[in-house]
Amino acid sequence: MKLHMLWRKSINVVMLSLTGLCALIAVSVLFFILGYLVYHGGKDVNWDFFTKLPKPVGETGGGMANAIVGSGKLLLLAALFGIPVGLLGGIYLAEFGGQAVPFVVRYTADLMNGVPSIVIGIFAYAMVVMPVHHFSTLAGGFALGVMMIPIVLRSTEEFLLAVPTAMREGAMALGASKWRTISSVVVPAASRGIMTAALLALARVAGETAPLLFTAFGNRFWSPGWSQPIASLPVMIYTYAVGPYEDWHQQAWAAGLVLLGLVLVTNIIVRTLLSRGASPQRS
Amino acid sequence: MMPQTSAKPAYNGESSESPVKGSMETSLKPPVPSGSQTVLEAPLRMQVRNLDFYYGKLHALHSINLQVTANRVTALIGPSGCGKSTLIRTFNRMHETVRGTRLVGEILLDGEDILAQDVTRLRRRIGMVFQRPNPFPKSIFENVAYGLRINGLPAAQRGHLSDAVEQSLRRAALWDEVKDQLHKSAYALSGGQQQRLCIARALAVDPEVLLLDEPCSALDPVNTAKIEELLFHVKQNCTLVIVTHNMQQAARVSDATAFLLNGELIEFRPTPQLFTTPSDHRTEAYITGRFG
Repeated sequence: MKLHMLWRKSINVVMLSLTGLCALIAVSVLFFILGYLVYHGGKDVNWDFFTKLPKPVGETGGGMANAIVGSGKLLLLAALFGIPVGLLGGIYLAEFGGQAVPFVVRYTADLMNGVPSIVIGIFAYAMVVMPVHHFSTLAGGFALGVMMIPIVLRSTEEFLLAVPTAMREGAMALGASKWRTISSVVVPAASRGIMTAALLALARVAGETAPLLFTAFGNRFWSPGWSQPIASLPVMIYTYAVGPYEDWHQQAWAAGLVLLGLVLVTNIIVRTLLSRGASPQRS
Repeated sequence: MMPQTSAKPAYNGESSESPVKGSMETSLKPPVPSGSQTVLEAPLRMQVRNLDFYYGKLHALHSINLQVTANRVTALIGPSGCGKSTLIRTFNRMHETVRGTRLVGEILLDGEDILAQDVTRLRRRIGMVFQRPNPFPKSIFENVAYGLRINGLPAAQRGHLSDAVEQSLRRAALWDEVKDQLHKSAYALSGGQQQRLCIARALAVDPEVLLLDEPCSALDPVNTAKIEELLFHVKQNCTLVIVTHNMQQAARVSDATAFLLNGELIEFRPTPQLFTTPSDHRTEAYITGRFG
């Protein structure tokens, strides 16, 4: 009997410490990555990195200004394509859908969320690159936009469903049509959540490499307009990290640090805005 | 509000011979036939004729006949699940927002069938205030202006809007409390103020009829009293229908009262008569507090 109690107690202790240890590992991975990046890339993140073009092979120095601007342009296109489609689709799911259609759309969106990003890259390659026979900013933005759709769509739906029915009834009882109710009351009530979801989706695709490899391709120079290959931070990291030069490796570390920093800052800003300005919801 | 299921109240019509009943001569009169009665001496604003209502297979309202008199307060009372909220929600066709409902019969507004009218126009003419205050996540001013804006009413034009908002807030007895904070969020107001804001919002589009679905059920007595008082002023130029769970409230604010039970209209009479000399033993049992 005593032995039995001892056994049970020790199982308890072992399992408690195991769960605690795993939680610690989960948390420390982020700090380990951040620390490792700062250790290797910190000294190369300087003014030149943000303002200069990459130097020709063999010369040291230079920066990744074109890749930073390139990532910005790709994300702008992705947002212009992915957010409206996801938003309006989410509105349809939450407000208009009957029984069968929303089920299909929801299921498809969830499946799409699990499609490997390289496959989405091939899709964008076939849809946008093949017809015009060259890589372009548009193709890269399209690929990233496609990745954003399911995330924006599902979170829009959830935030809209969280808006109390009483609010919809209040607007409709004043003579508002269904669309007027949605556009002037329901969506504004959920706007903070929807905006957060859109920004988090943007931060998520900011680090995608695979869909850009054969859509935006890459570029060692500035890419004017929207129809030429363009550099981006993730692809630059990939190229430099597998390159044979020690200087390139250093720059890849720096680029990784900048990319992670941008994503983290976006995340933190968004979450702060969300928690601070949370509108009081009635029970 | 969720569709109410018709839970049977714990009441047995046969066995409860009221001790009061024998002493009330008037209660022995046969009930006035509910099809043709006009309870108040004033023009009619709305008429409900042989209304049957279904939630899917559930028969929620049984051949209701009711007249709503202009510039009077008509109260609907009855125990939970008797169909009073269902009935009031058919008056501005809010029942259509619930899937699987079916309505048979006629509801007339100024002699015209509301079911044949454009629903958005109808709802501008018949406003509604709900159980829980439901202000929009906008400023106090924008909440009141909302109905004017979406309906493109003349009052929404530049210059007239703030006058219209002020007038509505005054009618809802809220102006003095909010006049210095019109651009603050409506959520900054207390529950009672929010409900009066919702009344102001409904009054802003100048409806002919205002429906109130248990407007005080979430409020304390002080705020309830304020709303009851403002209803007295509002009815000068608006017809009111109020659903209430609270019999004292019905007695205080209404001119005519309808008693519903299990989806049937049991009795509909001028309020003083219904509460002093009910003609149906079930009404009497309910108002004397033996069930519900």
